[in-house]
Amino acid sequence: MLILNWLRDTGRYMELMGRTFSIPQRMHMFFRQYKTEMYQLGVNSIGIVLLISFFIGAVICIQFKLNIQSPWMPRFVTGYATREIMLLEFSSSIMCLILAGKVGSNIASELGTMRVTQQIDALEIMGVNSANYLILPKITALLTTIPMLATFSIAAGIFGAYCCAWFAGILQAEDLTYGLQYSFREWFVWCGIIKSFFFAFIISSVSSYFGYSVEGGSVEVGKASTNAVVSSSILILFSDLFLTSLLT
Amino acid sequence: MIELIDIHKSFEDKEVLKGISAQFEHGKTNLIIGQSGSGKTVLMRNIVGLTDPTQGKILYDGRDFTQLGKSEKMNLRKEMGMIFQSAALFDSINVLENVMFPLDMFSSMTYRERKRRAEFCLDRVNLLEAEEKFPGEISGGMQKRVAIARAISMNPKYLFCDEPNSGLDPKTSLVIDALIHDITTEYNMTTIINTHDMNSVLGIGDSILFIREGLKEWEGTKFDVVKSQNEYLNHFVFASEMLRQVKDHIQVK
Repeated sequence: MLILNWLRDTGRYMELMGRTFSIPQRMHMFFRQYKTEMYQLGVNSIGIVLLISFFIGAVICIQFKLNIQSPWMPRFVTGYATREIMLLEFSSSIMCLILAGKVGSNIASELGTMRVTQQIDALEIMGVNSANYLILPKITALLTTIPMLATFSIAAGIFGAYCCAWFAGILQAEDLTYGLQYSFREWFVWCGIIKSFFFAFIISSVSSYFGYSVEGGSVEVGKASTNAVVSSSILILFSDLFLTSLLT
Repeated sequence: MIELIDIHKSFEDKEVLKGISAQFEHGKTNLIIGQSGSGKTVLMRNIVGLTDPTQGKILYDGRDFTQLGKSEKMNLRKEMGMIFQSAALFDSINVLENVMFPLDMFSSMTYRERKRRAEFCLDRVNLLEAEEKFPGEISGGMQKRVAIARAISMNPKYLFCDEPNSGLDPKTSLVIDALIHDITTEYNMTTIINTHDMNSVLGIGDSILFIREGLKEWEGTKFDVVKSQNEYLNHFVFASEMLRQVKDHIQVK
């Protein structure tokens, strides 16, 4: 039964994506929606991304300094480890897990409410490809903004680590700088951006699927929102495993 | 004209529509009435193509909607306007933008022309003063009027109304009924209204289709309703004591 449900959902998801990825009926309407979604889903998430990344960067720095401090350990290790964690995992995978909660539930509940209040039916009656009109701008907006948010997150995390050095005096800023630059591989930045690109697609498309296919009332909208977040998070974790082994 | 030929609709093993045939003429307000659960909403959803019938034909001026391809269906839908029970206005945009939406999507008019057309439609439903407001800021009756303005903005040939008076007070219901009736005759549209409202039945029922348990039970006009001897129809339409007395009074006369 579980496998049948999974197969049914996968089939419906593929069908919905088939309807979503077609040429917009009116390009000016698509770009209008795209700009709106960029603002609502991306720009409105900058604050939370910067805040969380700043504190996590600072905490990683403190934890490493306090827990692996030893005369045998070079002083730049804290900066090195902070950089690697922020670049490779936190700013792409963990940040996208957080965004799956914020943005994913937003998308699912918005589309779910549009479904139960017959706004999607109204679009269909007018002859509008509702999946293309509503979902494609969300997917493209997140594909554009989440890689940007990932780079902002890296910067905020490193800034958090520097704040530890400057204001808390836990380590020397010169050691941190040396560690951050030590054995730097530019490819790791691209790894984070490539992963965030995939995760952006997962968050937007899976959440849209759950919201768009709501049947019933407000309780079902709530369930769809929860399912969207849970499914997006699980898929992000699975694809993280796959992408990490593929890219590094 | 819209013609239904032997429409069946089943959900798994439950047959909701059991072979309904009917004709809805243009320039008339065609009402579909019936008790809750009789299948009228399913019938309406089949007519507008939100679901496909299990069997049967739906002819829009001779074009069988069930046999049309995807793009042909899209084109036919541009000739339709629909007013939903919940009005179904887009709550993220204001009243004017709601009415302009079909024009933005499908017309080749300039922005100024689209705005002028939307304002004309809003003026037709006496709501020009509310154009800057959002759907959440206006009353249910006003939302229905905006939905009417949006539905007529593209000059549709076919207008569908799913319980347009639901949740409205009797006075506002009469305004909405009169508006739909006037617009139907003014634009010579084929209008189909799904309703429970007996004021609508007796007021604007140019043609009435009464369905019961998925079958066509009776059809006629608002004048025929009063004279009808159909037991189920009489039970449904004249359910209230007051309406029964009105009917008896008319028949005695």
